Amino acid sequence: MSGLRLAWIKFSRDRLAFTGFLIILCLILTALFAGVLAPYPEDTFKIRPAERLKPPSLKHFLGTDSMGRDIFSRLLFGARITLIISIIAVGASLLIGVPLGLIAGYFENWLSELIMRIADVFLSIPQIILAIFLAQTLGPSIPNVILALSITYWPWFTRIVFAETRVLKNAVFIEATEALGTGPLQTIVLHVLPNVSSPIIVRSSIGMGYTILTAAVLGFLGVGAQPPTPEWGVTIAESRQYLPEAWWYATFPGLAIFLVVLGFNMFGDGLRDILDPRIRRGFE
Amino acid sequence: MSRKVLFYIVRRFLYFAPTILALLILVFFISRVIPADPAALVAGEMATPQQIETLRHYYGFDKPLHIQMVLYFQQLIQGDLGKSLYSGRKVITDLFDRFPATLELTIVSMMISILVGIPLGIVAALKRNSVLDHMLRGLTVSGLAIASFWLGIMLQLSFGMWLGLTPLGARIGVPEPKFVTGLFILDSILTLNGNALLSALKHIALPAITLAFPSFATIMRFTRSGVLDVMQKDFILYERAMGLPPGLIVYKYLLRNAVISTVTQIGLLFGLLLAGAVVIETVFDWPGLGLYAYNSIVLSDYQAILGVTLLAGIAYVAVNLIVDVVLTLIDPRKAEE
Amino acid sequence: MNQNLKEALLVVTKLIVQFHTDRGVVKALDGAELRVGKGEVVGLIGESGCGKTTMARSILRVLPSGGRIINGAVFFKGRDLLAMEERDLNTSVRGKMITLIPQDPFNSFNPVFSVGTQIKDILKWKGEAKANRGIDETIIWDMLGQVQIPSPEGQLKKYPYQFSGGQRQRLMIAMALLPSPDLVIADEPTTALDVTVEAQILRLMTGLVRGREISVLFITHDLGVASEVCERIVVMYAGQDMEDGPAEILFSDPRHPYTIELLESLPNPEGKIRDIPGEVPSLIHPPEGCRFHPRCPSARGSCSRQRPERVEVALGHWTRCFHPVR
Repeated sequence: MSGLRLAWIKFSRDRLAFTGFLIILCLILTALFAGVLAPYPEDTFKIRPAERLKPPSLKHFLGTDSMGRDIFSRLLFGARITLIISIIAVGASLLIGVPLGLIAGYFENWLSELIMRIADVFLSIPQIILAIFLAQTLGPSIPNVILALSITYWPWFTRIVFAETRVLKNAVFIEATEALGTGPLQTIVLHVLPNVSSPIIVRSSIGMGYTILTAAVLGFLGVGAQPPTPEWGVTIAESRQYLPEAWWYATFPGLAIFLVVLGFNMFGDGLRDILDPRIRRGFE
Repeated sequence: MSRKVLFYIVRRFLYFAPTILALLILVFFISRVIPADPAALVAGEMATPQQIETLRHYYGFDKPLHIQMVLYFQQLIQGDLGKSLYSGRKVITDLFDRFPATLELTIVSMMISILVGIPLGIVAALKRNSVLDHMLRGLTVSGLAIASFWLGIMLQLSFGMWLGLTPLGARIGVPEPKFVTGLFILDSILTLNGNALLSALKHIALPAITLAFPSFATIMRFTRSGVLDVMQKDFILYERAMGLPPGLIVYKYLLRNAVISTVTQIGLLFGLLLAGAVVIETVFDWPGLGLYAYNSIVLSDYQAILGVTLLAGIAYVAVNLIVDVVLTLIDPRKAEE
Repeated sequence: MNQNLKEALLVVTKLIVQFHTDRGVVKALDGAELRVGKGEVVGLIGESGCGKTTMARSILRVLPSGGRIINGAVFFKGRDLLAMEERDLNTSVRGKMITLIPQDPFNSFNPVFSVGTQIKDILKWKGEAKANRGIDETIIWDMLGQVQIPSPEGQLKKYPYQFSGGQRQRLMIAMALLPSPDLVIADEPTTALDVTVEAQILRLMTGLVRGREISVLFITHDLGVASEVCERIVVMYAGQDMEDGPAEILFSDPRHPYTIELLESLPNPEGKIRDIPGEVPSLIHPPEGCRFHPRCPSARGSCSRQRPERVEVALGHWTRCFHPVR
């Protein structure tokens, strides 16, 4: 039985991880087909003052907001925004962080030291605060949020890849390839990288969850997406002044965030259990 | 204390300074080098072009970069973080002013996470795979997935608005207790002010619980895996085989070893709490650094945000240093690395 | 010397132990039997996974989670340890009448407590003694001296990582002897040590034990070590005991086919090592009857259906085989 098939069987037995996987699948489908699934797709920009702040009903599943827009539809489009922000941010962090980690881990010279020190400095400020600072400097907008998130998240990848590469570097088979005259670039890409891929994948999934939360916080604070964008954090911020009467306004976006992050976390945990149960339950 | 431990502690302190330095440079870089016009940023959205020019000259943004850096450090050493647009006062004054509120909130949250998280983590480990364990693990997983600002709003909604059990915001509902430390709970105890104590406790309840939730989940998770780890260890087998009373093994030995793994996390937890403070204070109208940061964002008060960022960074590094030193004192093996 | 006439201290009968794991039920011990006389040094030898350590842990009833003692009895000084109350076992037997010298002296110490604290804790909580009874440190220093730890007075404050491997094992020996036990179970006590240190430790152990009429159950997979130290040897394979006899006779005149194969696998003067044909069986689906039969050159007939009983092939020398050699 091939390794992949074995992994899949093990994975599907893990109910939590499988549920996480389903949730992520739903998220992706929702994001892709929001335009089709939403009962009121025009509500990303259209205003209906007559329908302001209506509670959940058959006409509007999750109620309407302060501009009379259908919350359910806006949530679906919000999923698209959330997914885009997180995928690009995590992807960028990966593209920056992994190569740096490989270099720092493989070589043992001043360059390694420098890279790790820089990573340490970025990690010395709590991520949200640094993200806020960056976003304020650059100006509030979605692209800047993505930038801020990427800049603050890459050190996590670097750290993990660095640790694993260091361990591998001393493994016998690496010495063997070096002895055969394989250049460092080839060694790193062909031999080291496949072996550190498991922790990278696990961290990416957990990173998605974390990034989604942080992006929502930035939206809530008004530092990222701006109204009328149907971003989930922004929606919750809008809702505050209409509480407690319009309880649905705040409740459902938050539930959406919860569900999605939960999905990524469960999936990531499940991946970790299959790919390498050896990895300590890391923070975040 | 052995010499090696001492050397390790000294080395850590020595490492502290360059990290802070690098942090300061990073902030400099972000605030002066990245923006197209640092002066406009600092001046705020309402400023006129003349005001921006005046500010540019005043802060030295028209000078070459290396001179700016020197000025920057000069100002920092003097404790000058510029002026806040919002309050009109020096930023450093504002920070000092708002600090006790955030400190109190952070301390209470941390206490909640630890005092609830550690025992529950131990119980979960000892009753591994029981119903209780699964429930607690469910709690852990939720704790890491819930947006804390949303949780705060939901709690506010249910306990504050619907049930009317807790106040909706602010730090205290009666006149403040006499100033001793700036921490209302402590001050009201010290000055025997029952009214103030009650009010302060009622006001801090929801924000502290909300802030504590993700940290509590993390602590519980780590304590659980720490205890499980330790239970597999050879020395536990040896102690059982040599007849050490099970009570002794669990409480004296297991606890200490598991606590070490938790103390390790406290440094990172502090970071979680700091970050969470911004949103929680915003939701609960808690007059601390977090709310200050939020107001500064709304008003585009750049100097203020810069000040908060610097403070957060320095505090975080300092706390991690202290945690590291404490850890080495408890577990001298760390000094050997 | 007629060892078999020595009064029995420990008698293990028909011990069946199983482990429940993700992959199935591991039948680790299948009706194993063992006997240790007073003041006797008995070696328990066999390949890795044959159940030696499980035997030790079962005697002390400290199996890991998932392990269950299904059947059998462990008679120690007349009482069945398996039927004893846990509390009783803990305060009067473990760490008092039966002590353990573990395999890995580094990981068996708790890293964050001083050596002195750990030694005293073992002595403190026994019998009816109250927790606060002071332990006389001079007794400890004396024992440390006997295991050749220099300047014992200052050593108690130190932490385990501050000692070398050999020193840690000496400490373990001291801790095993301090309670004046009747039986010491030594689980591969020299496996984690260098060869040079190993010789010293073995000499030390045999010297200390001889003077005190202490029995030792010496578990090892190293036949050479066993031959040096043990008076009698029990050979185990895949959870069953195969042969039991005086050391010199077992090595010179083995009767069980497995023992013979084992001895032939020892490097001979020309340096040749012969592999035993076949593989160690899975303990989840073990062979029926005698578990060695799939690899046994003499196997035939009932070997694959029935487990052989203990048969005395010579005075004090037993074997479980339907077709013992010669």
